[in-house]
Amino acid sequence: MAGFDKVVSCYEEAMQGLEDGMTVIAGGFGLCGIPENLITEIQRRGTRELTIVSNNCGVDDFGLGLLLKDRQVKKMVSSYVGENRVFEKQMLSGELEVELTPQGTLAEKMRAGGAGIPAFYTATGYGTKVGEGKPVGVFNDRNYILEEAITGDFAIVKAWKGDRYGNLIYRHTAQNFNPMAATAGRITVAEVEEIVEPGELNPAHIHTPGIYVDRMIQGTFEKRIEQRLVREI
Amino acid sequence: MALTREQIAMRVARELQDGFYVNLGIGIPTLVANCVPKGMDVMLQSENGLLGIGPYPTEVQVDADMINAGKATVTAVKGASIVSSSDSFAMIRGGHIDLTVLGAFEVDVLGNIASYMIPGRMVKGMGGAMDLVAGADNIIVTMTHASKHGESKLLNRCTLPLTGVGCIKKVVSDLAYVEIADGKFWLKERAPGVSVDQIVSLTKGELVVPDVVPEMQF
Repeated sequence: MAGFDKVVSCYEEAMQGLEDGMTVIAGGFGLCGIPENLITEIQRRGTRELTIVSNNCGVDDFGLGLLLKDRQVKKMVSSYVGENRVFEKQMLSGELEVELTPQGTLAEKMRAGGAGIPAFYTATGYGTKVGEGKPVGVFNDRNYILEEAITGDFAIVKAWKGDRYGNLIYRHTAQNFNPMAATAGRITVAEVEEIVEPGELNPAHIHTPGIYVDRMIQGTFEKRIEQRLVREI
Repeated sequence: MALTREQIAMRVARELQDGFYVNLGIGIPTLVANCVPKGMDVMLQSENGLLGIGPYPTEVQVDADMINAGKATVTAVKGASIVSSSDSFAMIRGGHIDLTVLGAFEVDVLGNIASYMIPGRMVKGMGGAMDLVAGADNIIVTMTHASKHGESKLLNRCTLPLTGVGCIKKVVSDLAYVEIADGKFWLKERAPGVSVDQIVSLTKGELVVPDVVPEMQF
């Protein structure tokens, strides 16, 4: 199948064209819904000086933490970066640049980037360090700061099911940042748990339409749980 | 006696109303979920995209794709919905959440809040806190009134980096329920057995004390 068929045969092909110094936007919240095999492929390639845009940066030995460990990351754009010792060490030594971004602003930066909106006003961060140096607009007597959109050379996302045309459905809260990330990459690569034929997914249930997806691959996932809390009954 | 963490949560819970959509932060705010009055329906929002947080899962229910904003395994209640991060923050930023409860290091008489960063210590990030305080109209801050060393956390001006400006109107501390208006703290209620003098001595920001300060009942 050609035309709209987005399926590639191996992870090397999935990340073809990734070069030093590029910006990569990654979906996921904590370790939930992260494109774990695409991250491992970036680690294998040894690409360096990367700017990674992701809500979090994994843990020491899993997820984006792997790229930190191998010193492949120049800059992280994230909202919360706890639970990662390697990160802490590299940040304190000045080796790693960090742009802390409020979580909702980060999501909107990706959404705007994918939607062709170069910047947007938000009240979030006004009067704080986040607002320093950013233009202020006053609307209905309220102060807002101007935040710029983000686009990436690559976006890497993880979905539950995808059809060959790249239409994606996410599972539960593994959706999180993935739909916005998928829209904001010049090349968007999706890895999925199951590839189905076009027509098998209900068109009205698609979260990410295939127009945003350039390459797709089926993977197997560890799905590590960061905080396993259970109740007795 | 200063309020326990559970009592702070119980006092906050009195601000709940039937049909409220509520976002609870990590720590004491999370305990409010256990204090929802019988017969009242509230829907808890988790900013990673879950509207309708349920209890922790049983061992067999554990699902790596189902977590809360604290990255812990969770379930959804009947009638829940799951959305993307941008839709989740549209609910927050757009003012659709009826009540937000979160912790803080400091608040001041202008309604400013500092809750995410202590200079010199490891910076972990603000997560969704800046969006929550900027987007919600009805926010309750839960905190201890003073540090272990007796330094007030209710100030004329916050000293730590701010999470938001002019956004806090209600504080439930371990000693008192205080409202913020017109550039002042207003003492509304005191914890059982805690004297007004004690509260005054541990409140550094300007505090208005009425003739009668009712004691909280539990």
